[in-house]
Amino acid sequence: MRVLIKGGRVIDPSQEIDQTANILIEDGKVKSFPKDIKKLEKESDIQVIDARGNIVAPGLIDLHVHLREPGFEHKETIRTGCEAAAAGGFTSVVCMPNTNPVNDNASVTEYILLKARTEGIVNVFPVGAITKGEKGEILAEIGEMWEAGCVGISDDGWPVMNSKLMRHAMEYVKAYGIPVISHAEDLNLSAHGVMNEGFTSTILGLRGIPNASEEVMVSRDITLAELTGAHLHIAHVSTAGAVRLIRDAKKRGVNVTAEATPHHFSLTDKVVLSYDTNAKVNPPIRGEKDVEAIKEGLKDGTIDVIATDHAPHSEDEKKVEFDLAPFGISGLETGLPLSLQLVKDGVLTLPELVKKLTVNPAKIIGIDRGTLKTGAIADVVIFDPDKSVKVDREKFRSKGKNTPFHGWELSGCVLHTIVGGKVVFSG
Amino acid sequence: MVFKQKHILGLKELTAEEINLILDTAESMKEVSQRDVKKVPALRGVTVVNLFFEPSTRTRSSFEIAEKRLSADVLNFTPTQSSVVKGETLLDTARNLEAMGATVIVIRHAMSGAPWLLARELDSSIVNAGDGSHEHPSQALLDLFTVREVKKEIQGLKVVIVGDILHSRVARSNIWGFIKLGAEVRLVGPPTMMPQDVEKMDVKVYYSLEQALKGADVVIMLRIQMERQGSGLFPSLREYSRFYGLTRERLRLAKEDVMLMHPGPINRGVELSSEVADDVHSVILDQVTNGISVRMAMLYLVATGGGNA
Repeated sequence: MRVLIKGGRVIDPSQEIDQTANILIEDGKVKSFPKDIKKLEKESDIQVIDARGNIVAPGLIDLHVHLREPGFEHKETIRTGCEAAAAGGFTSVVCMPNTNPVNDNASVTEYILLKARTEGIVNVFPVGAITKGEKGEILAEIGEMWEAGCVGISDDGWPVMNSKLMRHAMEYVKAYGIPVISHAEDLNLSAHGVMNEGFTSTILGLRGIPNASEEVMVSRDITLAELTGAHLHIAHVSTAGAVRLIRDAKKRGVNVTAEATPHHFSLTDKVVLSYDTNAKVNPPIRGEKDVEAIKEGLKDGTIDVIATDHAPHSEDEKKVEFDLAPFGISGLETGLPLSLQLVKDGVLTLPELVKKLTVNPAKIIGIDRGTLKTGAIADVVIFDPDKSVKVDREKFRSKGKNTPFHGWELSGCVLHTIVGGKVVFSG
Repeated sequence: MVFKQKHILGLKELTAEEINLILDTAESMKEVSQRDVKKVPALRGVTVVNLFFEPSTRTRSSFEIAEKRLSADVLNFTPTQSSVVKGETLLDTARNLEAMGATVIVIRHAMSGAPWLLARELDSSIVNAGDGSHEHPSQALLDLFTVREVKKEIQGLKVVIVGDILHSRVARSNIWGFIKLGAEVRLVGPPTMMPQDVEKMDVKVYYSLEQALKGADVVIMLRIQMERQGSGLFPSLREYSRFYGLTRERLRLAKEDVMLMHPGPINRGVELSSEVADDVHSVILDQVTNGISVRMAMLYLVATGGGNA
């Protein structure tokens, strides 16, 4: 089966391409960029997708999602998570290890990959835990998880509070060339906080998580990356101070990369004023200055990647007292339109944005995706960046309807998502 | 004036006019409380549930008396004797009570924002009887009522609130209330007990009790919670009391006719020296008595809108 995508504006930052072109896909791979397609179009075994007026880009890669399987299938499964990804234009997702059991050994990694192969419609790349059970006490069997297919290690959801253990994790992982992904949070400073510490938490009488909680740990992990030479990736950067620390570290040549989520650059903590648990997330939605700093960090390259931190939860779990609700926002199906707002606001150009959603995340975890080079696996997204869409959580493919963006009017609509040459979603 | 609010969740949500309407209505209610037969039929046929998830004698009793004086049908719900211990959610518990005919739910809960959840999901009118560290509107309204009764006017008064502002719902409600009615509000306590950016509520922050007390018309002492010891917020009750405890000597820095208030219960010898505690006992009892009138006004207004007052 062959697919011809004709007449779209092809944006492929991996080749610095931004031009109107046709793309021919054959045997699941990018075959060529044919100039003359008159003959091709008429052939019988070819599916023609008219992309005129739309963007054609490498399939998006989400470096940070929670697929919840095994263990929390009422929140999400690999099947539904992949369907949500495809609907959001993502052809690859990187799933965090805080499942039950925790992905802290090769058998869990293999289970996830098996499920993904049989039920998932997009590519799934698992991240293994740094420590057994994400308890921060002893190293997990990182080598075997790498062998089984893990593309990074993280205790996401939890920081490794013991600095010596974090040092050893960074040293140990150098043998496998995969990054240590840091959920940077000092739990003592967070002190069971449930939202950003500031005027809003003061008014609401909710326990605040200060910016320093993140910044202290970003600072520690940068120091340890300098000591060990390991590749440190800072997950979900939320504060101005963290952006500054990463910028300085990069200037010094430290091997550090970073990601930011759409909710952290689209909202301020005022969103919590009605005790909306759908806006309860960790790290918390911060203040205006932090939002500006994240945008600045995206613009100047301090922040390499936009990742959603897709964290689905069931309706019942969120319809409780604010203190009791779990942290997390269902992000896969709003990620692209929220990110496109950065282009509208002049923070990024469209090619710069696509870069942060394709080739940059691919490089960080060392996978051969995020490109439309001839011969590459044909993961492609076609979207209309200007079409207005009203966010309706009831229409989410994800089981997680927990979004603070319900009812928002956004621009950007995914038209087709193609994984390995096969159309897996059409909007 | 008709009261348009369906719920009373906090003083932040009320305008100065609405606060004054509650206080004026409370004056009429006080008159009811002074009759031989302390009962009016205003809420006859209305079922009010007191849903108290936190132990409370004063506030719960006060609401119950207020409800009965208005002739409401009253149901007291105590979570230890209920399905909550079996793991039922707050929302399910409240929905059950609503299905039994409750139209006003008075809720006290240890977690900030719990009344908001009910207000969003239920049809009943919700009255916040204290939620976490957020608000305690009935306490602030009775403080305002008591001060207004004595001082005639709130506008221009210097009001000092002393103690653990960070964890105090009484403080937050009082700040909104006094500021909205035109008073100057000063907060004083150790810096560890001052919430972040609290100055943005248009208050002045002091770390010295002596400085804060200068020229004060009203002093509201907050109860220091014993369990905060060892939390790193202050070294010892002894030291706290030395710097932030109210003594007769310190009180002399305030205006001669200063009103001293306390939401109770008092820790004698900690936030108030024993002699001061004895001095102020009468005002504290006035607060308690006024509490009933103020709560009658709140319930009456949310249940009926007050149109036929």
